[in-house]
Amino acid sequence: MRFALTALAALVAALPAGAQVREGYDLYGKHCATCHSVAGRAPSLQGAGARAADFYLRTGYMPLVSPDDQPWRTRVRFSEGQLRALVAYVASLGGPPIPRPHPERGSVAQGRALFDENCAGCHQAVAVGGMMPGARVPSLARSTPVEIAEAVRIGPYVMPRFSRKRLSDAQLDSLIRYVMSTQSPHDPGGWSIGHLGPIPEGMVAWLIGGAALIAASLAIGRRRGS
Amino acid sequence: MSRVRALFAALLFLLGLRRAVAERRRVVPRGRPSPRAEAVVLALLGLATLCSAGFVAVYALDRIPRQTQFLGLTLGLALAFLAAACVVVARRVLPDEEVAHDYPPPAHEREREEVVRIVEESKDAFTRRRLLGLAAGGAGAALGAALITPVVSLGPFLDTDRLRASPWSRGRRLVGEDGRPLRAGDIGFKEFYTAYPEGADREQVAAPVVVVRLPPSALRLPDGRTGWAPHGILAYSKVCTHAGCAIALYRAPLYEPREPKPALVCPCHYSTFDPAAGGTVLFGPAGRPLPQLPLLIDGAGHLRAAGGFSGPVGPSWWGVRMK
Repeated sequence: MRFALTALAALVAALPAGAQVREGYDLYGKHCATCHSVAGRAPSLQGAGARAADFYLRTGYMPLVSPDDQPWRTRVRFSEGQLRALVAYVASLGGPPIPRPHPERGSVAQGRALFDENCAGCHQAVAVGGMMPGARVPSLARSTPVEIAEAVRIGPYVMPRFSRKRLSDAQLDSLIRYVMSTQSPHDPGGWSIGHLGPIPEGMVAWLIGGAALIAASLAIGRRRGS
Repeated sequence: MSRVRALFAALLFLLGLRRAVAERRRVVPRGRPSPRAEAVVLALLGLATLCSAGFVAVYALDRIPRQTQFLGLTLGLALAFLAAACVVVARRVLPDEEVAHDYPPPAHEREREEVVRIVEESKDAFTRRRLLGLAAGGAGAALGAALITPVVSLGPFLDTDRLRASPWSRGRRLVGEDGRPLRAGDIGFKEFYTAYPEGADREQVAAPVVVVRLPPSALRLPDGRTGWAPHGILAYSKVCTHAGCAIALYRAPLYEPREPKPALVCPCHYSTFDPAAGGTVLFGPAGRPLPQLPLLIDGAGHLRAAGGFSGPVGPSWWGVRMK
C-alpha cells in the first residue's frame, strides 16, 4: 500500500499540478485512497478520467461505506469546489473528459426504440428501475443528461458499457431525450398510477367504476318486497 | 331394489333393447310422435358435428388467414347448435310433464319409482331413438375431439427434429440488428451485442444469439469446446431455455473482484446463465444451460459460426437432454 501511495505521489508531483489538482489530491488522500490506492480493493483510477469522477461524485455513488456495496444515489458529500478539485485530480491521471450531450438534437421516438432495445430489460420501459440477480437497478428519474451520457459509456457497477460503435453520440442524444421525457411525462388522463401500465389502470377503473355503479344502482333502485 | 332396476332399465335403454321390459300402466300418456322436430334435432346435431370437425380442420390447417377468428367461430357454432338441439328436444319432442307435488321428506319407495317411470316413459315420445342417440353421441364425440385438439400444440410428440433445427452452420457470418457483419475487433469487454445469421430468417427460434467478450483467462468452458471463443468472444442463443424469453440482460461487472460475476439474465423469471462456463445455470428456473455457438474469426476480421449450437435451442420440452 505504501508503495502504491508513493508511486501515486511521484506521479502527481511529475504532473503540472495546479492549485485545484493539489486540493483534489488532498481530498483524494482523505476520502478515496483507502480503497482506490489498494490493488484488489477497488479499481485503480489511472485512465478513469474526468468522465468517471464526475459521474461517481455527482450521483453520490462515491465514496462508498464498504467496497462491497453497490454504489447507489445518495447525498453528495462534497461542496461544488471540492467536487471540481477531485474531478480535476482524477482527470490529471488521464482518461476521457466529461461528455457534452445534446439531447435537444435527438428524437424521442428513436430514443424510445433504442431504450426498449438496450435499456428497458433492466431499467424498465419508463426508466423507473427494478431488480436483477445480484444487483438493484437504479431509477433514472433524477438523472441528468450528462450523467446518462457518462453512465452509458462507463457502465457503472454491473451495467454493460456502450461504445461509440455500439451507440453513436447522435443515438445517445435521442436516448437521453427519451429518458428526459419519462421524467416529466404528459399524463392526459390525470392520475398515472405509477406509470405501471394498463393492468393497474384497469384494476383501479374496476374498483372505482364498479363501486360507483353499485352506488348509483343502490341510489336509483329499490329492493323488491320490502 | 328399485334402484338396481332403474339402473338396469337405463342400461337396456342405452342398448335399445328396452322393449323387452313388460309394459305397465303408464304415468305419462304416450306423447304424439313429432318426426319433424326429430328431423330438426338430427340436423342440428349434424351441424354441431360438422362445426366441431371444422374446428379440428382449421386447427390442423395452420396457415389460413384469421385462423383465431375461425377457430372461435367453429367452436362457438358447435356449442350453439348443440344447445339448439337440446332446446328443440326439450320443447318439441319431450312431453311437458310437471310434477307438482314436493319431494317427500323420507324418499318413499313407490313415489320414487313413479318419478323414475315418468322420466323413462317420457322417452317414448322419440320414434328414431337410436338414430338420435347416435347423432347426439357423434356430436359429443366431435366436440370432445375439438376440445382436445389444441393439446397437439404442446409440442411434437414423436418427431422432435424440428425443435433442433437451426440456421447456423460452419462459416455462416454473424450480422447485427442493422444487417452489417460483426467485426471481432468491435466487440469490447462489458459490451452486449445481438446477432443473427447472415441471410437467414430472423424469426426462427434458433436465429438470434447474444455476443459478449470475456478475458480468455476467465473462461471455464466445458470439455470439447476448445477454440469456441476466439479472443474470449462468446456467442449464446438469445432464447432462454426456461420459457423462451429473450436474454435481454447482461450483468457485466466493472470491477470483478468486488462485484457480481458476469451473467446473461432473462428478464422474465431471472434465469441467470454463466457465459464463462458454457452457459450453465447460476440462478433461476431454467433447467439446462444456454446453448453455445462456436465462433471463428475469418481473414477479414468478421465473426462466423464454427458449427451448430451445443444443444437444442429454446424452451425445454420432455425428452430434451437436461445436461
